[in-house]
Amino acid sequence: MKVIYFAWLRERLDKTEEELELPASVETIGDIMEWLKTRGEEYAHAFDNPKVIRAAIDKTHVRADAKIAGASEIAFFPPMTGG
Amino acid sequence: MMPGETVRIAQSPIDIQAETRAVSEASAGIGAVVTFSGICRADEKGERIAALHLEHYPGMAEQEIESHVNEARKRWPLLAARVVHRVGRIEPGETIVFVATASAHREAAFAAAEFIMDYLKTSAPFWKKTEGGGREVWVDANEKDERAAERWQK
Repeated sequence: MKVIYFAWLRERLDKTEEELELPASVETIGDIMEWLKTRGEEYAHAFDNPKVIRAAIDKTHVRADAKIAGASEIAFFPPMTGG
Repeated sequence: MMPGETVRIAQSPIDIQAETRAVSEASAGIGAVVTFSGICRADEKGERIAALHLEHYPGMAEQEIESHVNEARKRWPLLAARVVHRVGRIEPGETIVFVATASAHREAAFAAAEFIMDYLKTSAPFWKKTEGGGREVWVDANEKDERAAERWQK
């Protein structure tokens, strides 16, 4: 699964994207965030407050309870501040 | 996309006059063009800044803006629309985002421009960071912007 990060998430993790082998128990966007938190200090820091983090599956906004089955690209990012 | 509709991400300064002209000339039925320019301020929360850095999610950014332009088109009789959003380093005085809408009469163009901007602020994947005083700070999302977008919900 390709996972990409933007803005301060990208900076805290010091990576723009990565290929992840997700355990079968990880079924939703919220599950991925909880699982990522266990992967090291920088992840724990980046996903410290999952409530503020937004996500997209294949470039479409989704909520934390969205199922990830069939997704090819998942993105995590802070609330948007364009315009 | 309808004829005269353009959504673009720009790496270099936006030529507002050329963009406005292109929208104005998109159709012979156009009688009103409304344009909005979002400009990089020299101050952010009372502090002097040297520049803004704009990051975006390529592909999704264009797609999100296009979907809101399409929604605007369903609500108002638009004859043309154009959105150009800068990314990269932007200095005070430069245009960050440009929106132009065209219709036969002014009401549709005014309303659609505001609608597109309100949704762009809260749902198009762009992020701003300020540069100044030797440090870089991510800009926080604004509650006011969330409420501005919510008022369009039917």
